[in-house]
Amino acid sequence: MTVRELKDKLNLRLVSGEEGLDNVIDGGYTSDLLSDVMGNAEMGQCWITLQTHKNIMAIASLKDLACIVLVKDLEPNSDTIDQSNEEGIPILSTSKEAFEITGEIFALLK
Amino acid sequence: MQSFKADLHLHTVLSPCGDLEMSPTNIIAKAKEKGLDCIAITDHNSTLHAKLAKELGKENGIFVVMGAEVTSKEEAHCLCFFPDEKSLDEFQIWLDDKLMKIPLDEDKFGYQLVVNREEEIIDQKEFLLINAIDADLDEIYDKVHSLDGLFVPAHINKGANSLISQLGFVPPDIKADAFEISRHVSKTNFIKKNAYLKKFQFIQDSDSHYIDSVGEVYCNLIMEELSFDEFRLAIRGQEGRYIETIIE
Repeated sequence: MTVRELKDKLNLRLVSGEEGLDNVIDGGYTSDLLSDVMGNAEMGQCWITLQTHKNIMAIASLKDLACIVLVKDLEPNSDTIDQSNEEGIPILSTSKEAFEITGEIFALLK
Repeated sequence: MQSFKADLHLHTVLSPCGDLEMSPTNIIAKAKEKGLDCIAITDHNSTLHAKLAKELGKENGIFVVMGAEVTSKEEAHCLCFFPDEKSLDEFQIWLDDKLMKIPLDEDKFGYQLVVNREEEIIDQKEFLLINAIDADLDEIYDKVHSLDGLFVPAHINKGANSLISQLGFVPPDIKADAFEISRHVSKTNFIKKNAYLKKFQFIQDSDSHYIDSVGEVYCNLIMEELSFDEFRLAIRGQEGRYIETIIE
């Protein structure tokens, strides 16, 4: 599934990184500890988190993640948005909580 | 220049995890016994014991830096130090506003007591002090700096509640005056793996919650005299002042 399909199916809002909408998602990882994500997330996954610091982009880029999904309508900091646009790694946003959106994405991907 | 022995991260009985014996009176007595020249009082998200400790320190020849250990929105712990009572009070008002109002469960978290110099309880704080406050790292830095204070992310190498555990690595452009590393690593080894931070000064402290560990870990402040202005220069490594870590 592509990021665009995920966005349309779950009605997610695109915040930034439009260029990466055709990235392919082949799994997901939910965590707010960036050290944990750095150690355990895998290439091509979508990452569900509430962290908005620009370090999330560095880690998404390092791990070659497909996109980031921010929960609870959180807004990324402006330098996070800049980096998402530069790297072409989309940030999507949902009003749902991590538990709920993780379940929905899991159901779509399995 | 002189060398002053300093333990800059101490919790009192005001921190829920601080032992009941951690009264300002006891801490100053212990600091004296351990031969410390300088300590900092850094309770979780509160400054309410700092002034009493400062006063007791003055009477006993210990230079006390007033501060707090603030939990940022990212859940990274940060030491914040203030030059005087006015800035400390203003910071406390800001903290009160930013603290989540979650009632303290004393059985789970412990007591949050304010005591006087006779160690009598004069207040109990009702809202849990160890949670993240509603301000991120940048906001805390900006507030502390607007008050001429110092911002030092705490035990950044630790696996929990540290800049590195929460954010994966120290943001290269972070606004900080210095960093604290835990006793489990030497400055040399830390810098080896984080060379981009070598321009900063590092402190190492006991992070004591129990009276016997006060002064167990310390660093040396190399500066002219015990004053906040000199302390600021040492923390920032300016004008020939610096911090000497002990742990090899």
